[in-house]
Amino acid sequence: MREELVEEELFAPGHRACAGCGATLAVRLALKALGKNVIVANATGCVEVISTPYPETAWRVPWIHAAFENAAAVASGVEAALKSLGRRGVKVVAIAGDGGTADIGLQALSGAVERGHDFIYICYDNEAYMNTGIQRSSATPFGAWTTTTPVGRVKRGKDRPKKDVPAIIAAHGAPYVATASVAYPIDLIKKLRKAAATEGPTYIHIHCPCPPGWRFDSDKMIEVARLAVLSGAWILYEIKNGRLNVTIKPPKRRPVSDYLKMQGRFKHLTDAEIAEIQRTVDERCRHLGVG
Amino acid sequence: MVARVMSGNEVVAYGVKLSRAEIVPSYPITPQTTIVEQIAEFIANGEMRAELMRVESEYAAMGACIGASLMGARTFTATSSQGLAFMHELTHWAAGSRLPIVMAVVNRAMAPPWNIWADQQDVLSQRDTGWLSLFCETNQEVLDTCIQAFRISEDREVLLPVMFSLDGFMLSHTSEPVELPKQGDVDGFLPESRRPPLLDVDHPTTLFNVPVPEQYMEFRHWIEKSMDAARRVIPKADREFKRRFGRGYRGMLEPYWLEGAEVALLTAGSVCGTVRDVVESLRKRGEKVGMIKLRSFRPFPSEELRRACEGLRVLGVADRACSFGMGGIIFSDVSAALQPLNVRVLGFIAGLGGRDITHRDIWRMFKRCIRAIEVTPARAIEWFV
Amino acid sequence: MKSWRGPPVPVAARPSVGSSGRTSSWRIQKPVVNLKRCTRCRMCWIFCPDVAISFTKRGPAINHDYCKGCGICANECPAKAITMEAL
Repeated sequence: MREELVEEELFAPGHRACAGCGATLAVRLALKALGKNVIVANATGCVEVISTPYPETAWRVPWIHAAFENAAAVASGVEAALKSLGRRGVKVVAIAGDGGTADIGLQALSGAVERGHDFIYICYDNEAYMNTGIQRSSATPFGAWTTTTPVGRVKRGKDRPKKDVPAIIAAHGAPYVATASVAYPIDLIKKLRKAAATEGPTYIHIHCPCPPGWRFDSDKMIEVARLAVLSGAWILYEIKNGRLNVTIKPPKRRPVSDYLKMQGRFKHLTDAEIAEIQRTVDERCRHLGVG
Repeated sequence: MVARVMSGNEVVAYGVKLSRAEIVPSYPITPQTTIVEQIAEFIANGEMRAELMRVESEYAAMGACIGASLMGARTFTATSSQGLAFMHELTHWAAGSRLPIVMAVVNRAMAPPWNIWADQQDVLSQRDTGWLSLFCETNQEVLDTCIQAFRISEDREVLLPVMFSLDGFMLSHTSEPVELPKQGDVDGFLPESRRPPLLDVDHPTTLFNVPVPEQYMEFRHWIEKSMDAARRVIPKADREFKRRFGRGYRGMLEPYWLEGAEVALLTAGSVCGTVRDVVESLRKRGEKVGMIKLRSFRPFPSEELRRACEGLRVLGVADRACSFGMGGIIFSDVSAALQPLNVRVLGFIAGLGGRDITHRDIWRMFKRCIRAIEVTPARAIEWFV
Repeated sequence: MKSWRGPPVPVAARPSVGSSGRTSSWRIQKPVVNLKRCTRCRMCWIFCPDVAISFTKRGPAINHDYCKGCGICANECPAKAITMEAL
């Protein structure tokens, strides 16, 4: 077995995530990578709600929830106190969804990264507000149906592109920024370990398919995540001290339609619209050197 | 003890230093800024060992306070007006989390219209968050209340955050002589033991998760029970403070010249000084008037107030804020508390947005109250515009 | 420092398995492993969002208390050693 794949499970079974939940798998893998010596500050969202029905919890590490927009700010307070009280060897980890990261929590994240706190910020990106019922976030991709970007005679899903949060955080000069996917667990775990070994603010953005929100059968969750990477719709890279390195390069990129057509949220797209998305993906792949 | 002439904000910074706060997350807003500047100087000069977190918003300031206080660090922040309103979701959170955070609120009007001057709309709008809320009349009281606040909030019967108010500019930027206690004496006054970190990798615990309706209400009830405990703890802390430092503030409210009074005016904050003057001159003219200074707004000292008002016919309440559609915020609470007594309560709204509450205004308020002994006034609430 | 004696921590919980009960009651299908075909690659184990697969020397063991029947394990098994069957 690969040494990355430790046996110990720090996220307990019996939580109330939907069947085939990508975000939950991301958390399980992240805790495998990070081990016991972490304190988690979790934003409001799916992961928070599904894992902590009082008086029980799925978390085998210390964990706190303090509002939606606030994970990075609370994490920075915990980190400052750990330092001030002279406690060493504990890493603070903020976890939030794409809404809690790209929208409502972006300011707190930016502030905490700029201040240089020693912490890891994990965004589990399922590309909409899933906990409240599939509303559009700024991380929802172009063309996607959501409950607030419905498809009708006049409107055709989300009409704006996905916000590029990893690039925003990289622009802060964070020493380590990486994207990851639940379909590539070894890559994901390696990146989290690198983040843990880095002093200062680090950021990991994990692409997490959501079967009910993206409209596909739960057994296809990993397949959808993998196709995002194989088509170049989601690119796995790391930026270490400003240098970008693509960690998974698909040998020959699959057409993005293979990825889109697996998901009901894109089923309204015309060939012309898919061609437009393909053009955007090609351009981004060229820009990042994926080929 | 050393006496120095200091502004209210400088005094807060000394209070925080003497209380040995360890984490100070804060965001600048007029007229709070010089508190944090002074703390930054203390730290820069090695006179204070603390981490000043220059966060990107008041929201993050309270977020960081929550994180730091969970870890057992003594935590302080300061803000005003819009900044306090911006924190509002998390002021609820801090109290519900039972975190002994202390916050100075340098009172300032809420916009619009934009206004940086004093009134108490900011702090009174935090009424229902579960924070203890104390008011100060003088810079000396600011210092002493700051130190007391740490003791009260960390008391294991209380374990709720405390905000204490000083009127913007009227105290924050006005210099008065203040006696500074010795560090050793403050150390002796503040609690020896601290709650251990609530987040500990050796004892993993999940905090603030999701209870169902059958479980939720007990946690809220617990806040109310702790407020009840604070009704004992605040006066006790004040008595103990007086024993050690020679100064006290009569606990939750101060009755002033109520002996034989038929009429009194209740108010909070720096305006109490003006009211004292007017009471003195009216007494010289034979009027049976007095004052009640409200020191603790939350918990509200209903019992103490009833006792203080037993001989009164009319009580006026001067509010530096308004609950639109009802009247003065303190007025409403006073009316509710005095309901069993046969005391007429009149509300006056005055001094919003830094407008002076003059001797003449106070004089007029007393006149209204004295007239109301005999004649039912047309309106129970009057705006001093 | 004296030791702390105070009220309990608010809304605190200790880690537990099955925080939301036997979540396998949600499922309409369940994975069945054919150990003869299993190559012990562990793909099923690593991709399980419900932490409902453990690994023994013989191969994967499904935790039927918490498996929600999502079917990822069957879909990802390169040897086709897992099939989803109706309850």
